[in-house]
Amino acid sequence: MERFLQVVVDGIADGSVYAALALALVLIFRSTGVVNFAQGEMAMFATFVAWALADSGVPLVLALLGALAFAFAAGMLVERVLIRPVEGGNPLNLVIVTLGLFIVVNAAAGWIWGFTLKDFPQIFPGGVAEVGGVSLSVESLGIIGVLLAVVLVLWALFTHTGIGLAMRAAAQSPASARLVGVPVGRMLMLGWGLAALLGALAGVLVAPRLFLDTNLMAGVLVYSFAGAALGGFDSPLGAVIGSWIIGITEGLAGTYVDAIGSDLKVLVPLTIIVGVLLLRPSGLFGSPEVTRA
Amino acid sequence: MSLLEIEGLTASYGPVRALHGVDLTVGAGQVVALLGPNGAGKTTTLRAVCGMVRTTGTIRFAGRDLAGTAPEKVARLGIGHVPEGRGTFGSLTVAENLRLGAYGRKDAAAVRSDTDEWYSTFPRLAERRDQQAGSLSGGEQQMLAIARALLGRPSLLLLDEPSLGLAPLVVREVFAVLGRVRAERGTGMVLVEQNAALALELADTAYVLEAGRTVLSGPAAEIRTEESVRRAYLGY
Repeated sequence: MERFLQVVVDGIADGSVYAALALALVLIFRSTGVVNFAQGEMAMFATFVAWALADSGVPLVLALLGALAFAFAAGMLVERVLIRPVEGGNPLNLVIVTLGLFIVVNAAAGWIWGFTLKDFPQIFPGGVAEVGGVSLSVESLGIIGVLLAVVLVLWALFTHTGIGLAMRAAAQSPASARLVGVPVGRMLMLGWGLAALLGALAGVLVAPRLFLDTNLMAGVLVYSFAGAALGGFDSPLGAVIGSWIIGITEGLAGTYVDAIGSDLKVLVPLTIIVGVLLLRPSGLFGSPEVTRA
Repeated sequence: MSLLEIEGLTASYGPVRALHGVDLTVGAGQVVALLGPNGAGKTTTLRAVCGMVRTTGTIRFAGRDLAGTAPEKVARLGIGHVPEGRGTFGSLTVAENLRLGAYGRKDAAAVRSDTDEWYSTFPRLAERRDQQAGSLSGGEQQMLAIARALLGRPSLLLLDEPSLGLAPLVVREVFAVLGRVRAERGTGMVLVEQNAALALELADTAYVLEAGRTVLSGPAAEIRTEESVRRAYLGY
């Protein structure tokens, strides 16, 4: 039983990392209608920034905050410079821009920092904490705590502040938002900045568990996709719960199903993506698209 | 000084020119009816004022040239727009839609009392304040759009077909409110309306557009008796 709970908690922690990136995907999807395929690579780049800062002697906390700030600014810049010219046109153009960005950011990170594996400093203390008689990893609990805090902040931002309301309005109906005086362009920029920040958070949370290299987020992106698809691409709550489900099932399947083990774990999210697309394309919490004939 | 002065306005959607020379003046606190057949350029004229289409010619609002001004800036200058199709934020609640109407305002206390006033004007909005606005009926959405636009305390309100698709009783209610707003606040209005008889009742002056040009203008009472208008738009 203790083993089972450990696996579940570790699964929720993994799921929380996926959830941070899935939230970034959902944020962009809601405002532009497309998935930002470069979200993971942007996160990887920001994680490298954190590593480089820490490596050059900056205290870890400041290095992490610096990387998040960098991601926020870079996300806004990407929207302003690369996305704005193709926004509102054919969605395919936007998709292609994000794919191009994927390749460029990946190559740039390799060009700057090389392709060898880097050891990312631990953010949370190692070891275990006793919770109700069960030994749980402090790191897992820390990651879950960080994600819950992020969800709370996002919820407050979007439901209790004028700027959050304006961002939702701009995402839902840009034309109407402009007519009441909402600067839609600035809201989109802010959305991209926020998404990049969430992605960077996923990056620095997962990096200590893996080694840091330019392919850091490739796996995470797949799981985040699965989480967002399961929860519904237009639902932030769905993205979090979907990602947790992915994390837990991935952990349980890897631990208890011998045939899967750690090598075939990635089949779990892929199976879920296919299943969701077949059975409930709008996801658990998503709203199905309604078109009037 | 006139509130809104439009002279020689042309506007294009890509290569297609929709306006070929529209002239229109709205005095402070005046209601202007904009009449004309489908495709005459009535909606485009409103959109041009709000910076939503590319234009040439002059648009002056309270003495200020609006050429090239972005829609969100135009809104903050004091022009409210109840757009074609009502522009409801369907997945936001009624209360959130109204809060967005006051987006540019900093006087929180006055916004609250204005909002309460609109809730008492349209009790149906008050009953549904926490519902998603997309679930409202057409009439309720029209009320919401008008309340939302007026919460920005505009000095000029542009209304695009406020009676479209509404039950006759609701149309009466909406127009009664518009009349009261004009009387109490002196808000100027440009009213695009298919129901010409109704529009001419409320309006001080009227303009008739045809094929993107102003072809006739004058006091509403005179336009109402004009032979061609009577036949084409009033149907008797």
